Amino acid sequence: MLDAVWLIPALPLAGFLLLLVFGRLLGEPGAGWLATAMSAASFVATVVVFFGLLGEAEEDRHFVQILFEWIPVGDLRVDVGFLADPLSITMALFVTGVGSLIHLYAIGYMHGDPDFPKFFVYLNLFILSMLILVLGNNLVLTFLGWEGVGACSYFLVSFWFTDEANAAAGKKAFITNRIGDWGFMLAIFLAFAAAGTVDYLELFEATEGLAAVTVTAIGALLFVGAVGKSAQIPLYIWLPDAMAGPTPVSALIHAATMVTAGVFLMTRVNPILAAGYDWVPDVIAWTGAITALVAATIAIAQNDIKKVLAYSTISQLGYMFLAVGVGAYVAAIFHMVTHAFFKALLFLGAGSVIHGVGDEQDMRRMGGLRKYMPITAATFIVGWLSIAGVPPLSGFWSKDEILLSAWASPGAQGKVLWAIGLVTALITAYYMSRQVYLVFFGESRWADGEETAPTEAEAEAGAEPAHANPGHGGVHGEPHESPWIMTLPLVVLAALAFVGGGLNLPFTEDMHFLQRWLEPVVGENELHIDVATATKVGLAVVAVLAALLGIAAATLVYLRRRVRAVEPELLAHAYHYDEAVSAFVAGPGTRTFDAVAWFDAHIVDGAVNGVAHVVAGAGRRLRSVQSGFVRSYALGVATGVVVVLGYFLTRITF
Amino acid sequence: MIAALEVTPAWYLVLGALLFSIGSFGLLIRRNPLVMFMCVELMLNAVTLTFVTFAHTLEDTAGQSVVVFVLVVAAAEVVVGLAIIVALLRKRPDATADDVALLEG
Repeated sequence: MLDAVWLIPALPLAGFLLLLVFGRLLGEPGAGWLATAMSAASFVATVVVFFGLLGEAEEDRHFVQILFEWIPVGDLRVDVGFLADPLSITMALFVTGVGSLIHLYAIGYMHGDPDFPKFFVYLNLFILSMLILVLGNNLVLTFLGWEGVGACSYFLVSFWFTDEANAAAGKKAFITNRIGDWGFMLAIFLAFAAAGTVDYLELFEATEGLAAVTVTAIGALLFVGAVGKSAQIPLYIWLPDAMAGPTPVSALIHAATMVTAGVFLMTRVNPILAAGYDWVPDVIAWTGAITALVAATIAIAQNDIKKVLAYSTISQLGYMFLAVGVGAYVAAIFHMVTHAFFKALLFLGAGSVIHGVGDEQDMRRMGGLRKYMPITAATFIVGWLSIAGVPPLSGFWSKDEILLSAWASPGAQGKVLWAIGLVTALITAYYMSRQVYLVFFGESRWADGEETAPTEAEAEAGAEPAHANPGHGGVHGEPHESPWIMTLPLVVLAALAFVGGGLNLPFTEDMHFLQRWLEPVVGENELHIDVATATKVGLAVVAVLAALLGIAAATLVYLRRRVRAVEPELLAHAYHYDEAVSAFVAGPGTRTFDAVAWFDAHIVDGAVNGVAHVVAGAGRRLRSVQSGFVRSYALGVATGVVVVLGYFLTRITF
Repeated sequence: MIAALEVTPAWYLVLGALLFSIGSFGLLIRRNPLVMFMCVELMLNAVTLTFVTFAHTLEDTAGQSVVVFVLVVAAAEVVVGLAIIVALLRKRPDATADDVALLEG
C-alpha cells in the first residue's frame, strides 16, 4: 500500500494537466468538479498510504520511494523521491482533505467568474506543489514545492488582476517571500557544502559529524525561509495584503496549508535544530511569541472581515513557532491541524458572508446576519469558539498544549513565553468575538451603508475596497444564505473543528494519538513535559478563564454596547510597520537599488565591455599581418624556421 | 688528383642544402606562380635527397621508403597545384602571386 505514495502528487498533477488542456472545454462547473475529484482522489490515496504506514511497526514507519534521478551533477545527486513518514502523511492528509473541501466550496464561490476554469488550474497546481513540498525526501525537492506554492499564491492573489491593487498584492507576496527563500537557498547550499547531501535522512545522520556552528547556521537559515513563508515578524506584511485574492484562496493557501509550510519545515529538520546551538530555538520561540501577540493586537482594530482573519492567522502561526521553539513539535503540528480546520472554516464562512451580502467586506456594514444566513452563522460560531479556546472544541486542546509546553520549557523564559501566549489567547478571544458580534449579531447595518461609510483615513488603513468580482457584483438585495455546495464544506469543517481535539487528548497516555503517531519523527528531540497534573489542570483553567474573559469583554463592548470600543488608530494602522517598510523601500531603498544598478551598468558591465574593447583593438592592429600576399606568409614561415633552428642549434652543447 | 676527390655523403648533403636554399630564395623573391611552384618542388626534392643520403649512410631503409611516400604525395600535390595555376593563368595570363590576395585581413 505504501507504493501508492507517488499517486498522491500524481493525481493533482493529472488534474492540472487535464484542466490546462481541456479546462475551457469543460467550462463551468465541469472544470471545478474535475479539480475537486482529483483532489479528493489524492486524499483517498493519502488515506491508503496512511493505513499502509499504520500497518508497519513504529520504528519502520518511514518509506522512501525514489522515482528518478533529477539532478546528477558531480557529487550532487538529487532524486525525485517521496518520503512517507508520519509527519509528511499527516500534512498530506489535511492538505488534500481540507483542500478538497475548499475545491468544492470554490465551485459555488467562483460561480459566474469568466476565468472559472483557470482558477481550478491554479488550485490543482497548488495542491500538487504543496504535496511535493511535504512529501519531498530532500531539501531541493521541498524547495521546488516551496517555490511552486509561492508561484500559485502569486497567481491566485492577483487572480482578479485587472484591479491594480490585487496585482500589487500578488507582487508584494512574491517579493517578500523572496527574502525568506534567499535564506532557504543558502541553507541548501550550506548543507550540501558541509554534509555533501541534501537528502533529509542522510543529512540528519551527517549532522553528528558536522561542527555545531555549521549545523546552527543551516538551522537559522532554514528559519529565515520559514519566517518568510509563514508570515512571521518581520516578514509578515505580505499576508494581510494577500487577502486581495478570492476567499477560497485565502482559506486554502493563506490560512490552512501554505503558510504552515514554515512550521512543517522546522519540524522536518528538528534533528538539525537540536544539534545546533540553543539560541536558534530560542529565537524561533521568541519570534513566534512576539508575532502572536503583535498580530493579535492588530486584529482588534481591523474592519475588513478578511483582514481580521489574516492577522489572526499570523498570530496563530506565531503560536506554532512558539511551540517549535520550545521543542513541542507535536503541539505545533497539532495546532497546525486544528488551525487548518477552524481557520479554513472561518475563512470560508467569511467568504460565504461576502458572497451573501454582495461583495461587502467591511464589517461595519454587516450585522444581524445570523437571521439571514443560519448555517454560515452556526458554523462560524463553532470556528469562533474553537479559535477562542473554549473547551471542548479543537482549538482549546491544541492551544492548551502549546501553553503547557511553553510553561514546561526550562528557565524563566518558559514562564514569560507562557504569559505572552496567555495574553494572546485573551486577545484572540476578544477580537474573534468582536468579529462575530459585528457580523452576525446586533442591528443590521448592511442597508444604510452611507452613514457608516469609512472615513478616508480608515479606508487607507484597513478596509480594502470590495473586490471587483464580476461574478456577483452589482446591486444586492437582502443578504441570503449560500448554496449547499458552499455550506456543505462549512458543515464538515465545523464538525472537524469541533472534534479535532480528539487527535491528541491530554487525559491519559493512550489518548496522545498524535504524539505517538509522530514519535518516530520528533521523538528524540521532543520536549519532555514534566509537570504535575494539578499544574496542568490549573494552567488549562487559567487559559479557559482568559478565553472567557476575552469573550465577555467583547460582549460588553460590541454586543451590549456598555463600553465604548477602543480601536486605537495605531492598531488599525498595524503599528505603521507596513508604511515604514514602504517608506524605507521607496526612499533610501530605492536610492540604494539605483546605486546598485549604476554600479552594475558602469563597473560590472564596464569591466566586461572593457575586455571586449581591448580584444577588438588588438585585433584591429593585428589584422594588417594578414596581407593576403603569399610571399609575406612564406617569409614568415622562413623566418620562423630560422628562429627555431637558431634556438635548437644554440642549445646543442658539445 | 681526380681520384682524391672521393664523393662522400657530405657532398650530397651540401648539394641538398644548396638546392633547398635556392628553392626557398626563389619562393621568396619570385612573383610568377609557376616559378614559385617549381621552387617548392625544388625544396621538396632537396629534402628527399638528404633522406636518401642519410638512409645510405646509416644503412637504414626507412629513409628510402619515406622518399617513396614523398614522391607519391608530391605527385598528388602537383596535380592540384598545377590545376589551380593553370586555371588562374587561363583567366589572367599575366597574373602574379600578389594578384591573388583576396584573403587579406
